[in-house]
Amino acid sequence: MQNPYLPYPVRIDELEVATEDKSLKTFKFVFLNEGDEEKFAYQAGQFAELSVPGVGEIPIGIASSPVEKGFVKFTVFKAGVVTSHMHAMQAGDVMGIRGPLGNWYPWDMLEGKNILIVGGGFAFTTLRSSIIYMLDPANRGRFGNIDVIYGARTPGMLLYKDELVEWEKRDDINVHLTIDAPVEGWDYNVGFVPPVTEEKAPEADKDTYAIVCGPPVMIKFTLPVLEKLGYTDDQIIMSLENRMKCGFGMCGRCGIGKELVCKDGPVFTLGELNKTPREH
Amino acid sequence: MKVVKIEKNRWEAGLDALRAAYRLFGPVKAKEGHEPKELDQGEIPDYNMLNTRLSPKAIAFPQSEDILEFSLDPNVEDHHIMKEVAGDLTPRAVIGMRPCDARAMALLDLNFDTAEYKDPYWIKAYEATTFVGLACDSPYTTCFCTTAGCGPYHEQGLDVLLTDNGDHYLGKALTDKGQALLDSAGWNDAGDGESVFADKKAAAEAKIVSAIETDKLRDADTLALHGAPFWEDVSFACINCGTCTFLCPTCWCFDLQDEVRGKSGKRLKNWDSCMFPLFTLHTTGHNPRGTKLQRVRQRFMHKLKYFVDKYDTGTMCVGCGRCVRQCPVNIDIRKVCDLLNSHAAVDSCVAEG
Amino acid sequence: MLGYADKMKEVSRRLLKECKVEVLIGFRQGSMPMMNEPCFVKSDADVDQLVWDSNCGINLSNYLTNRQEEKIGIFAKGCDSRNIVTHILENKIKREQLVIIGVPCQGMLDRRKINALIDGEITAVTEDEKGVRVQGTDFDQTFAKDELLQDNCRICHHPNPVIHDEMLAEPVAETPDVDRYADVRAIEEMTPAEKKQHFDDLLAPCIRCYACRNACPLCYCPTCFVDESKPQWVGKGQEMVNIRTFHFLRAYHCAGRCTDCGACERACPVGISMRQFTKKLEKDAKELFDWEAGMSLDIRPALDTYQPGDPDEFIK
Repeated sequence: MQNPYLPYPVRIDELEVATEDKSLKTFKFVFLNEGDEEKFAYQAGQFAELSVPGVGEIPIGIASSPVEKGFVKFTVFKAGVVTSHMHAMQAGDVMGIRGPLGNWYPWDMLEGKNILIVGGGFAFTTLRSSIIYMLDPANRGRFGNIDVIYGARTPGMLLYKDELVEWEKRDDINVHLTIDAPVEGWDYNVGFVPPVTEEKAPEADKDTYAIVCGPPVMIKFTLPVLEKLGYTDDQIIMSLENRMKCGFGMCGRCGIGKELVCKDGPVFTLGELNKTPREH
Repeated sequence: MKVVKIEKNRWEAGLDALRAAYRLFGPVKAKEGHEPKELDQGEIPDYNMLNTRLSPKAIAFPQSEDILEFSLDPNVEDHHIMKEVAGDLTPRAVIGMRPCDARAMALLDLNFDTAEYKDPYWIKAYEATTFVGLACDSPYTTCFCTTAGCGPYHEQGLDVLLTDNGDHYLGKALTDKGQALLDSAGWNDAGDGESVFADKKAAAEAKIVSAIETDKLRDADTLALHGAPFWEDVSFACINCGTCTFLCPTCWCFDLQDEVRGKSGKRLKNWDSCMFPLFTLHTTGHNPRGTKLQRVRQRFMHKLKYFVDKYDTGTMCVGCGRCVRQCPVNIDIRKVCDLLNSHAAVDSCVAEG
Repeated sequence: MLGYADKMKEVSRRLLKECKVEVLIGFRQGSMPMMNEPCFVKSDADVDQLVWDSNCGINLSNYLTNRQEEKIGIFAKGCDSRNIVTHILENKIKREQLVIIGVPCQGMLDRRKINALIDGEITAVTEDEKGVRVQGTDFDQTFAKDELLQDNCRICHHPNPVIHDEMLAEPVAETPDVDRYADVRAIEEMTPAEKKQHFDDLLAPCIRCYACRNACPLCYCPTCFVDESKPQWVGKGQEMVNIRTFHFLRAYHCAGRCTDCGACERACPVGISMRQFTKKLEKDAKELFDWEAGMSLDIRPALDTYQPGDPDEFIK
């Protein structure tokens, strides 16, 4: 019987500061045991429990992409007990990861569709995973237009900057980066995510879907913009967070109505969320 | 399967025979009331009770259970690598649990043994246990099992059902596991008991004086119930303690915790409660169920609506009445259930026009 | 306490009608013998719900914490009123928000003691001039009320409200000479090893449901120390060290504040006598500082003020 509480042992291969305020670090893990990487086969949009023995666990979206092999990556915001402990860890340290957990962005359903990605702040991790996945030569042909709107307070707070710059140069993806206020040397958009979305995002047709991930305030003001652009509730895909422990639907705390965010989610359409109590 | 007759003067000898093959559990008189406990050598379960104060769920879902262990000592090979705690999986038997509590275990099993994920600690303990029920001939006035999907002679989740018939018990093996236990105890005198069971069952069911109505819950609109106006009144008295959830035989929510002594550590699976604010508190300080009203609503909605919708097997309540009897401020799930069910009816009338 | 109900309804109707209160906090009939449910009443139509009898042991001041209404009516027996005083002193509610309707108290029935009378079920408990009639499975007996009172009520020195705007009846006789601390002295005389054993036995049934804490009007900390998670202060397992830590520390937090209302023991689902801890501290506060909690709005509590004559031997 596979024990879902038992983490795969991993070693921190690399860890780097991800933002200028040092509040985020990206951890690259390699599996200690042969075969575990295959068992951990995941889809873009899933998460895992990062498990520090003696400290606890924390559910974090997987930032690496299924098409990247040999490691898994997570970008972790220093917030609570486990993440603070992780920020003090070193390359070479051993810990555990459990997963992959939860559902993922509905890639089968999205095949042949145009994709709009709207992200804010450090909620860009599974969006990065998704973009890398879609841009992979084996997958790019399966999707229509890809638009990405990504905002952060300052240029230094954008995650994965090298990749953003690279995507900017490509012609098979439209990237619209934005920061809150003008900064010298910044050649892209300025302003919050919702108005930039209003200006840059493609209008919806039946073949266009939006994936939205960001802080609550961004979501709150972006949803009306998407509605204005013609996106129906079923065309808006979101990823939720709630306090979790087990991550596989048993411990009970992350429920929103009969749905459990950890197992039935974290990915829901706005249409689905509208049918559940807003307890997230 | 046949009905056996167990003379009470052979009861103790049978239990002693079982002790060779099983760890035995049963109700034992505590300082006040009865508790489900592991029986000491020679200890006999005490059935001079209506039901145990705590439910026997802890036999497969202990309040605190070591699930993983690890070393933090860098000199130890495999340090920081977590390993499964094997636990004691020798066969055990609960001797004389109430049928409502056995059904409750079957409902817990829906949570812990799923198609996608299996909780090995629950499953192994559940499978290692033989459940011997003692039918309930004198229920509490607060018992409402017959309208909560079971009854005083309900067989679901049991391997053997016993009924007290004066100077003897009649026992009905319901599974092979149950038959094996009867064999092991040497309880195999044929008893002509089917009709006695049927008569006693009818008499016992007639003694259940309390009832809930649940017929409208399934078709009710979740958000309409969630937004119903009565929650402030229902929740006012609640002090948000964990009594109802900890005593409830079907409450399964739990917490995972790490504890370290020196360089060795363990991960624990502990009972948790939706009544506690910490249950849902985000690291940011945001709490999606930060108020008493929200937490009380969650408990009742989970039992009476979300579970109904998710599993289509009735409510997540077996009618044992423990929460009714032990709630320090007398919040009564029977009243809440009726409020929900009648609100559902009102709501559907409005919908129909 | 018989006969309070009519007066109670009359006062409630008047206060609501004259807009003296927006809400009244009281009890309504429970669904079980010996149980009433705390409730709120906002309209004349709901006033008939209100009851008062010997099953109103819950301390209603617990429901006042940080309430926002400008005018709240609350029914208060002696201990409730002392906790209201403590609440006001500790800024959990303002005096001017309250209309306190005093209820002279003749003691509350101990439902644990009564339930333990038989192995079966207690089905009815009724009270009249002759005493308390307890009916249950093959059981029907009438007791003198005094025999069935909660322990804290049997030794209560202050059954009458110490603060009130209205009174439901004339004050009841007080019994200031009752010895409150016989059980505490018995424990004080134990050796340390005996004490440890005594407390471990006492706390062994604890399931950490926190009913004692949550029923207590003093335990209003937004985050209790046992719930601190960043970092976590107390282990969450069932080791005795965690259980002991919870009960001992909670008791210390109640030092000089506890009115011995008994809400903690009444709420406990597993029958722990945790008043043994709080009473020891109450006794110390009395002996060291001549302090009784919640008796006056005009005196700062012993443990949040300093007097030059305060005893200090224990600091050495």
